[in-house]
Amino acid sequence: MNPFRRSPFVIIAAIIVYFFLYAPIVGLILYSFNASRTNVTFEGFIPSFSERVVMDGSLVKSSPCGPFHWYCDLAKNDDVAEAAGNTLTIAFISTIVSTIIGTMAALALQRYNFKMKPFSQLSLYIPIVIPEIVMGIGILTLFSQFFGWANNAFNLVGDSRLSLGIATVTISHIAFMVPFVTLVVQARLQGFDKSYEEAAMDLGANEWTTFRRVTLPMILPGIMSGALLAFTLSLDDFVITFFTNGPGSTTLPIYVYGLLRRIITPQVNALSTVWILVVFLAVLLLQILQNREQKQHS
Amino acid sequence: MLQRLRENKSAQGTLLALPTTVWLFVLLIIPLILTLIVSFGRRSPDGDVIYTFTLDNYTRLLGYSTDCPDGQASCFDPLYVNILGRSLSLAFNTTLFVITLAYPLAYFIARAHPKRRNLFLFMVLIPLWTNFVIRVYAWMMLLRKEGAINIIIGWVMNALNIPFTPFEMLYTPGAVLVGMIYEFLPFMILPIYTSLEKIDTSLYEAAADLGANSIKTFLRVTLPLSMPGVVAGTILVFIPVMGTFIVSDILGGRQVILVGNLIQRQFLDARDPTFGSAASLILMVMTLIVTYFYTRKFGFGEEIVVG
Repeated sequence: MNPFRRSPFVIIAAIIVYFFLYAPIVGLILYSFNASRTNVTFEGFIPSFSERVVMDGSLVKSSPCGPFHWYCDLAKNDDVAEAAGNTLTIAFISTIVSTIIGTMAALALQRYNFKMKPFSQLSLYIPIVIPEIVMGIGILTLFSQFFGWANNAFNLVGDSRLSLGIATVTISHIAFMVPFVTLVVQARLQGFDKSYEEAAMDLGANEWTTFRRVTLPMILPGIMSGALLAFTLSLDDFVITFFTNGPGSTTLPIYVYGLLRRIITPQVNALSTVWILVVFLAVLLLQILQNREQKQHS
Repeated sequence: MLQRLRENKSAQGTLLALPTTVWLFVLLIIPLILTLIVSFGRRSPDGDVIYTFTLDNYTRLLGYSTDCPDGQASCFDPLYVNILGRSLSLAFNTTLFVITLAYPLAYFIARAHPKRRNLFLFMVLIPLWTNFVIRVYAWMMLLRKEGAINIIIGWVMNALNIPFTPFEMLYTPGAVLVGMIYEFLPFMILPIYTSLEKIDTSLYEAAADLGANSIKTFLRVTLPLSMPGVVAGTILVFIPVMGTFIVSDILGGRQVILVGNLIQRQFLDARDPTFGSAASLILMVMTLIVTYFYTRKFGFGEEIVVG
């Protein structure tokens, strides 16, 4: 019996589901070339290039960028640039912190016995079993209580008053990212062959050298995929950011959400298309990393 | 001091786990305790929280009302109970549809040639990592009256010479359901795939040798062994659907109000954090109860990390 045999029903169902997954994305990209400014219905592509933007009612007739008019428009949008900068800053810092402390926790939980181990392990499941909005409003309450108290106690006034911003978003992101890093690294450590470390110790390496030269290189691919997962979680996050951001710390998802409640031009589609391209490249990178890891193992 | 630490394995473990444990305690557990305290409070006229101990917020959520039509002192107002019920049934329906769609695809990928499996998985990850808000927006463009779905149906109807008035699909409960299914489908595909892929192919040969046909093999071997994936996927889908407010906000307009929307509005528009806190604790208790009974029956899938 051929293990790869699939009935036609399964193949047809798979095609339908893939179509369902991709049709909205294709539509989104198509509309980013829409000539209509109002973007309610597709009015055709922007036909031609010209020195300046020519409008006919709400239709763009020609533009210096031709069909890519909305992409040029997007590049000139300072709010988007600021939101993109915030999103990346938050994602980078929170990924670095959560990867380091998450890996440490994974090592502790996998290799050591200590009193608070059951509590540490259990707390990792909180972000999985509790809806994000519950954490979001809880963290908002925590920050507003703490800031109210601190501003009062230290007589902080004006700009030095503590308030929601990039720092609060980053701190909150780390809280829900760490468990994912720890669980991924822990899963890698479970299949770890301890004899390599024992060999290093037998050859006279101390614990730190063994960790740096043997353990770390071996679990590095696991740490990398944990970090990449954390990074994409941070980029994608809406709910936690929604409750912990303040003026000047708008991220891209928050910015897009704000636009959806007002006027939507094809600029949003251009932004989405750029985003999809970036994500495509990131996922590709992850796949290449994982493939390399699999080759190392086999 | 350092020498002692080097010998004390337990202290080393505690130190390594400390940053994560403290971080999670301060930002996940303390906030839950604060939410509980606030939920027993009362809203002052200018929107601040007065800390007391009252169950008013909870009784109001469960339908107790003092704002009654014909002079009664109290009556039953089903507004919030309906919102909770609607969220619960939407989460059940979404999960059922998602399992139905995800299972065949996961099976297709797991049975694909190993060389092509990564490509097929890659194709599931792309929509998953395209931003959540952007994915809702995509459906807004498809579902609206002048949107792509109505245009395509219009073409077909035109070709068949059947008169056609565009459907009103946006801002309906159906639109919210479709949006939720689309948002969370990949979270079901990945864990089911993981558990299907683990199944030892010699089991299929054994089933065939013992005379089972392919339907019987599927029902007696494949399906039971893939249950951990379905359980993990259900947790990853059901819980977020219960708490999400963007999908209903954008695709449901003001028509479909879920418990997530209720909580969000208490914190931003209506400015009653005490009532919002009570609602979010009820939400948490509801998801925990469902998860508890569900996992007690089917076990807690270890596939959960993979998704």
